[in-house]
Amino acid sequence: MIPELGHFALIAALVVAILQAAVPALGVVRRDRRLMAVAGSAAQTQFALIFAAYLCLSYAFVTRDWSVAYVAANSHSDLPLVYRATAVWGAHEGSMLLWMLMLSGWSAAVSVFNRRLPPDLVATALAVLGALSIGFLLFILLTSNPFDLNFPVPEDGRDLNPLLQDPGFVIHPPMLYMGYVGFSVAFAFAIAALISGRLDAAWARWTRPWTTTAWLFLTCGITLGSWWAYNELGWGGWWFWDPVENASFMPWLVGTALIHSLAVTEKRDQMKAWTVLLAILAFALSLLGTFLVRSGVLVSVHAFATDPARGVFILTFLAIVLGIAFTLYAWRAPKFVSQADFALFSREGLLLLNNVFLVVAATAVLLGTLYPLVIDALNAGKVSVGPPYFNAVFIPLTAPLAVLVGFASAVGWKRAKAREVWKRMRAPAAIAVVLGLALPWLLGHPTKLVAIAGGMLALWVIVTALQEIVRRVRARRDRLQGLTQIPRAVWGMTIAHLGLGVWVLGISFVSLYSVEKDVRLGPGQAATLSGYDFLFQGTEPRRGPNYDADHGTVEVRRDGRTVATLTPEKRLYHATGQLMTESSVDHNALRDLYVALGEPIDKNNAAGDWALRVYYKPMMRLVWWGGFIMAFGGLVAASDRRYRLAKLREAATSGAEAAA
Amino acid sequence: MTKRQKRMVAVAALVAGLALAAVFGFTAFRKNMMYFYTPTDIVEHKVAEHARLRLGGLVTVGSLKRGEGLNVEFTLADCEKSLPVRYDGILPDLFREGQGIVATGQMKDGTFVADEVLAKHDENYMPPDLAKSLVTADGKHSCAPFKSVMRAAG
Repeated sequence: MIPELGHFALIAALVVAILQAAVPALGVVRRDRRLMAVAGSAAQTQFALIFAAYLCLSYAFVTRDWSVAYVAANSHSDLPLVYRATAVWGAHEGSMLLWMLMLSGWSAAVSVFNRRLPPDLVATALAVLGALSIGFLLFILLTSNPFDLNFPVPEDGRDLNPLLQDPGFVIHPPMLYMGYVGFSVAFAFAIAALISGRLDAAWARWTRPWTTTAWLFLTCGITLGSWWAYNELGWGGWWFWDPVENASFMPWLVGTALIHSLAVTEKRDQMKAWTVLLAILAFALSLLGTFLVRSGVLVSVHAFATDPARGVFILTFLAIVLGIAFTLYAWRAPKFVSQADFALFSREGLLLLNNVFLVVAATAVLLGTLYPLVIDALNAGKVSVGPPYFNAVFIPLTAPLAVLVGFASAVGWKRAKAREVWKRMRAPAAIAVVLGLALPWLLGHPTKLVAIAGGMLALWVIVTALQEIVRRVRARRDRLQGLTQIPRAVWGMTIAHLGLGVWVLGISFVSLYSVEKDVRLGPGQAATLSGYDFLFQGTEPRRGPNYDADHGTVEVRRDGRTVATLTPEKRLYHATGQLMTESSVDHNALRDLYVALGEPIDKNNAAGDWALRVYYKPMMRLVWWGGFIMAFGGLVAASDRRYRLAKLREAATSGAEAAA
Repeated sequence: MTKRQKRMVAVAALVAGLALAAVFGFTAFRKNMMYFYTPTDIVEHKVAEHARLRLGGLVTVGSLKRGEGLNVEFTLADCEKSLPVRYDGILPDLFREGQGIVATGQMKDGTFVADEVLAKHDENYMPPDLAKSLVTADGKHSCAPFKSVMRAAG
């Protein structure tokens, strides 16, 4: 009964989505306010229906309703409750439902929070979102319905993929999807601007908080994904340049460029056509990512759906959406060329450079991701492009970005004076150079040129970010007032840049100073690396809720003193018969000690020898902290009061303009 | 500078950036592109030694031998030919005799020396590259010669 209700809710949502796309569009053409107003209530109704469908599926999971094929395929009676509730997005069909929930959620949010925008703009944007909903709902209903029934009903489910039974999995996909789908709002606003021909500073101000919010979720999602992979895949990697990771990273790069170009559009009324193009591209890459992951063309950990019909559907959908968007862009964008003066050595000039680097980096990632697919499609052989390619391209492209970030607040809009900038920048530059040189030595690492360069870049970004706050505090006689008067937008930028610095520092050190050893140890034997002795004390059998485990104990000592006791596990999940490696990590800000059980050397070996991965990873945590700090910066920036106040004012002025 | 000149500078910067990226991209590509082969390809066509490549096949039942430390040797086969593989490291959780794997490495004196071995996260899962190469002319996954090898071994 409940699954049928869910299915019905999805069909009803499709009908509402058609209304949401068609009626407001008609209203815009006829300039009929009443028809335009349908958009908001339709968006909210659609959200309610999809949320209902989502609840139905969750209910089926929680109550172990094996008559639903999707539930039976991805759950099991022994699965703990938290994983039963989150198994909804454990595979393809449910993920698409989650995607739809996000899309309708964003649409409803637009209808609620943008009541003060010009009605035709909101109506157009919501119609665009409605059209996207139609596509995705059709996709779900036609190719991947999570409510399809099973007959005969199996006795038990086939269990959730053990890889996904991890706390990281509970929040990673929703965060990622919030970000992915969030770019649809920027996309819808961009299309609305192209259609209405109204693209001004006010438009940029409306779009900014939405884009920043989507970006911060995407940042969190990617960071969580990296953390999850590190804990769960059992070999201590935190970024693989896996096509699916790239699929989320490309929209992130373009989204980051978009956030910055929106700033130029808002403050200087420039780079307008470019901003619109980025908004389209960011969403295009999100869609492309969905296509890559869902079509089964990829060889990847994540590519669980391998149904060509789905791939063809999404590819067609992608072609239609982008075809329309780019045609519209080619037709309307020439209107938006601004005539204002544009100096290269100014904030907008440097932001343009930042955009160039980010977009080129995204292109390089795209090339590496798509090239093997194209070669395969042309039947010219099977190739793969490994991480060395991405590292070789990506690092030289992003290093200049870190240099640019340091100038973020010192170089003013319009035109900057080189001498003043130099006066402000020389102290941070000196600190970065000196401290960067000393850093490996201070932390007891051998001197490596690349690590020094990375450390310098990171410190440069961090120190210049802090300097801006100090400067603003000092500018007032009352220091406390100086601190509280700093607008949230500035705080947001500073925090996000600080996060970038932390991130660069983490990546530089963990990439260059990690020590990774695969060793064979018997109980009582020890391996030594980087001054730590890893003493293996053997394994003992243990029973979990839905698995059996070999529970290992490794004592880590430094100078004879016990630093940590690590307990890695090798689990055999009953339902799937799948082996899983559960790593164990001891961490602080400066280093991670990572141990994972590889395999018993010989099942008949009485000595109980195991193959173990034993890693020492300096500053590993900083990579994730950096990501979360960036996301927090986005949160602070998006909450700036200015956006809310400005909306009121803009609405008033544009209303007056319309009247005139 | 006039407005026109500035625009030219901006365009030049953009072009320079793209050119730089292209240069990085293509050098990195040439170095890091790896082709996928099956044992038959290698035995018959003689792949150059020291060229890095990916080798896919099924692990012959009963061929796994452990050596000193973490050294392992096993035989990787497709429908027709088989090839000895040497690997020093930890085999993935899903590595099992009779299962499909993909190894990355290079040929050395008639042995494939792997530095990475991948098995996928599903019992019934075949790496797509491998699955495709095992399909016969009539489009079926029949691999009779290989199965007979397995039966003989098992």
